[in-house]
Amino acid sequence: MHKVYTKLDRIAGNVISLEADEVTYRELAMVRSDLGDSLAQVIRIEGRRVFLQVFAGGRGISTAAEVRFLGRVMQVPFSDALLGRIFTGNGEPRDRGPAITQNMIPIGGPSVNPAKRIIPRNMVRTGIPMIDVFNSLVESQKLPIFSVAGEPYNPLLARIALQAEVDVIILGGMGLKHDDYLVFRDTLEEHGALSRTVMFVHTAADPTVECLLVPDVSLAVAEKFALEGKRVLVLLTDMTNFSDALKEIAITMEQIPATRGYPGDLYSQLAARYEKAVDFEGAGSITALAVTTMPGDDVTHPVPDNTGYITEGQFYLRNGRIEPFGSLSRLKQLVNNKTREDHRSIMSVMIQLFAAYRETLEKQSMGFRMSPWDVKLLKYGERFENEMMDLSVNIPLEKALDLGWTILADCFEPEETGAPSRLIEKFWPKEIVKKEEEKEDQETATK
Amino acid sequence: MSKNTGKIIGINGNLISVAFDQPVVQNEVGFAVVGDTRLKAEIIRIRGTSAEMQVFEDTTGLSVDDAVEFSGEMLSVHLGPGLLGQIYDGLQNPLPALAEQCGFFLQRGTYLAPLDNKSRWTFTPTVKKGDRVRAGDAVGTVPEGIFTHRIMVPFRMRGEYTVETVAKEDDYALDHAVATLKDERGDTHDVTMVQTWPVKVPIREYDERLRPTEPLVTKIRIVDTLFPIARGGTYCIPGPFGAGKTVLQQITSRHAEVDIVIIAACGERAGEVVETLREFPELTDPRTGKSLMERTLIICNTSSMPVAAREASVYTAVTIAEYYRQMGLNVLLLADSTSRWAQALREVSGRLEEIPGEEAFPAYLESVIASFYERGGVVRLRDGSVGSVTIGGTVSPAGGNFEEPVTQSTLKVVGAFHGLSRERSDARRYPAIAPLDSWSKYPSVVDDEQVERARRSLREGNEINQMMKVVGEEGTSIADFIVYLKSEYLDSVYLQQDAFNEVDAATGAERQQYVFGRIVKIIDTPVQFEDKDSARRFFQSLTQITRDWNQARMDADEFKEIEERIDKMITEVTDYA
Ligand SMILES: Nc1ncnc2c1ncn2[C@@H]1O[C@H](COP(=O)(O)OP(=O)(O)OP(=O)(O)O)[C@@H](O)[C@H]1O
Ligand SMILES: [Mg+2]
Repeated sequence: MHKVYTKLDRIAGNVISLEADEVTYRELAMVRSDLGDSLAQVIRIEGRRVFLQVFAGGRGISTAAEVRFLGRVMQVPFSDALLGRIFTGNGEPRDRGPAITQNMIPIGGPSVNPAKRIIPRNMVRTGIPMIDVFNSLVESQKLPIFSVAGEPYNPLLARIALQAEVDVIILGGMGLKHDDYLVFRDTLEEHGALSRTVMFVHTAADPTVECLLVPDVSLAVAEKFALEGKRVLVLLTDMTNFSDALKEIAITMEQIPATRGYPGDLYSQLAARYEKAVDFEGAGSITALAVTTMPGDDVTHPVPDNTGYITEGQFYLRNGRIEPFGSLSRLKQLVNNKTREDHRSIMSVMIQLFAAYRETLEKQSMGFRMSPWDVKLLKYGERFENEMMDLSVNIPLEKALDLGWTILADCFEPEETGAPSRLIEKFWPKEIVKKEEEKEDQETATK
Repeated sequence: MSKNTGKIIGINGNLISVAFDQPVVQNEVGFAVVGDTRLKAEIIRIRGTSAEMQVFEDTTGLSVDDAVEFSGEMLSVHLGPGLLGQIYDGLQNPLPALAEQCGFFLQRGTYLAPLDNKSRWTFTPTVKKGDRVRAGDAVGTVPEGIFTHRIMVPFRMRGEYTVETVAKEDDYALDHAVATLKDERGDTHDVTMVQTWPVKVPIREYDERLRPTEPLVTKIRIVDTLFPIARGGTYCIPGPFGAGKTVLQQITSRHAEVDIVIIAACGERAGEVVETLREFPELTDPRTGKSLMERTLIICNTSSMPVAAREASVYTAVTIAEYYRQMGLNVLLLADSTSRWAQALREVSGRLEEIPGEEAFPAYLESVIASFYERGGVVRLRDGSVGSVTIGGTVSPAGGNFEEPVTQSTLKVVGAFHGLSRERSDARRYPAIAPLDSWSKYPSVVDDEQVERARRSLREGNEINQMMKVVGEEGTSIADFIVYLKSEYLDSVYLQQDAFNEVDAATGAERQQYVFGRIVKIIDTPVQFEDKDSARRFFQSLTQITRDWNQARMDADEFKEIEERIDKMITEVTDYA
């Protein structure tokens, strides 16, 4: 049996140290304090001195606290019994269900051999035109939502989860507000999706560093389901809280920060998690959608910045809408040529016109004269914002493409759009043209 | 002989402290033993009777008092026929073979032979008994795909040797001794078709280094025309995330006019390598008609793979590049991203508790970057042939701000700078190389005077555009407006290039000279319009037609036809006054 120690020589922040023997790197220990038991993990060994990061934090720990080494690394149970259940960040039940202790699997396992990866090929349909049409989500993609706090990113995540045709949903909550957690749970329940969902939830009320385990636990379980052939969607919200927990530990360990207090290995730490997204040849897949809140709406802040360098694009959520500029799905070109022949053209034509609309808005605000073309753009922009960008819009891709043509036809002459003539012939709505002509006829008649 | 073994006395992330009592060597490789697994590590600092080692694997489960077996060798790569077409990790582990053995996941402590010793190659001797040879001299050749691979006297053999025996023309296994050499003292040495070389030491078996002056044609117009690269030169591509660094390197790896391309995917996304890995075998190299994979080698140490091996990966790549240079070949090394390698240095430096420089990067960052790029170059080999290593590295600056240590250190040593701008990539002006900020010290593939003219147009156009933002179009004279439209035209039809159109994606040097000449002439032609609207409309349709021109094959009738239409359009608006 493993030895129990009761003599801590240092407690700083969430890190404790003591002298101990035969301890292995990253081993777990149980630390007992008046506030309860907490898991701790070995993060450094110097001769006999062992440093542990205490997941429940250093608060309330006595220098005589009992530290029991467990002789194993962090594990999480894996079985179908997880489905429909809600756990804490370290795998204990948060609902009233029984604890699950069988079939434990390690977390933070090795990466997939790049030679075993395949080129992603399946689109994940969300019913959200700003995603499906303009920045298609692809199975096995890793993609964060960038937004400031207060934007409806959690409802957006929940909605994508409900709409996406996946077998298993795994929610990893980090610093989640209790209300938000309840909303997630209730929304999934209402739509009958709870039975294919596993939740690992760390709330804002829990000790900060406890959220460090959430991504690894969620992804380890996801990986197992994927190897069993399941298409898994992992939702991680909010990765900025995860990064802040890393920062806290780094500062306690007196590491020299790289930028704005964050440790130099933030990139590697985030990448180790995001790179778990994968499509296994002959088995299932992991798609990872995350939330990265941007302090001060600053995309150059170390967390969104490092994230952008790792993920395969990002959705910018601003004023309750997915902003077309800055949002990017780097994998969209792998799938949007196999949907409908007008998909790519509608995508680029509508965005170019929308860019022109934004320029016109700018001109307008500076008091420059509006040309007839500007007037057309203003009409177009408004329709685009209300009928495409608004998050309440929920239509399948094909309907959204049709809607695109309708909006174009309502605002422009075919040749003004720059769309290929071949597609205009096929898709330009005939009725509208007729209606307009009728209207004109009537007008001339009344004159 | 007893093995030199040390004992772990401390563990901090991927850094271990090891006590030893027999001599050890800086940068020597050792293996930390945990159960039946041996984890590769490298000595990076020695103090007193303990050494700090960076472990190339996850250190979970290591414990104080665990043994470390020193190997006596520095971190080295295996060099020989069969390297091309391979996919290695940063330590030269063959990833496909590893996948066969271990399945979906990488397994720590599993190291496979980089080259298959049992593979057979057709050896043709180029020396005979009695010949005098030195390190780097060929003793024979074997065909490796489209190349004649020189089997050389190992670079580590110092001094002069006499050929004792040499194998006759036949098929031999890689590890077969194809020659025996006698040194001055009369001892004999076997030469096989593989040799090893420490990655952090440049290979220097050449007569002299030459100045890089010959253009390396990438077929990317903005590069070859405005910011050219030279064979044996160095360049960097800094840019914020998503600006197009990786895509630019991918296009270059397909079209560049070199013999061999080595791709070092260093700490970036695994998915990006997969595209290359799956697509290259299907693509044909227009120069040889063979699969592109035959001239390509991938070193792949992506972001979730061990960090220390990331640092090794760029050295592994450059050493293999130097090896092929020794055969008189032109090699292009593309590293994506050098920032990740610099970050690996930073992580280790932090654990060593060294005094940090800016943004916590080690103070020696600049000299490490400089000596890496120094390994690029053109050399004249002892047999008179010329080989080169060209190095292009991407840089991923924090916050997209170029005023940071990695970008700044790199800019000091490279010969060309392709700075990507967020503004251009947002506007989908690809490749997003900023035309006013980037630079190159190498000669262009087109006429210098024309380049100057084009630069002036871009500068003036930009100034007018800035002004227009304040005073509006109304407040701009039509003459200025035309200058602006011309610069936009040049940008749209020449600087921007459609990577996905088969013809437009690659513009050879000859075509660049021809087309650029025509476009500069258009810019120089005085034109006249009634008002700004008609000027704008004119340049819009001219842009459209010129883009069609870009997509027409140069030998097709269409090319001539479109050119005539362009001429006609220009004649109609020329101001002969
Ligand atoms: N030349 C191009 N033509 C068309 N699209 C491009 C081009 N370059 C980049 N893109 C688009 O931009 C996206 C991002 O490009 P890329 O992956 O090269 O960026 P990056 O600079 O390497 O980013 P990171 O630093 O995050 O790796 C691509 O997925 C593609 O959609
Ligand atoms: Mg990239």
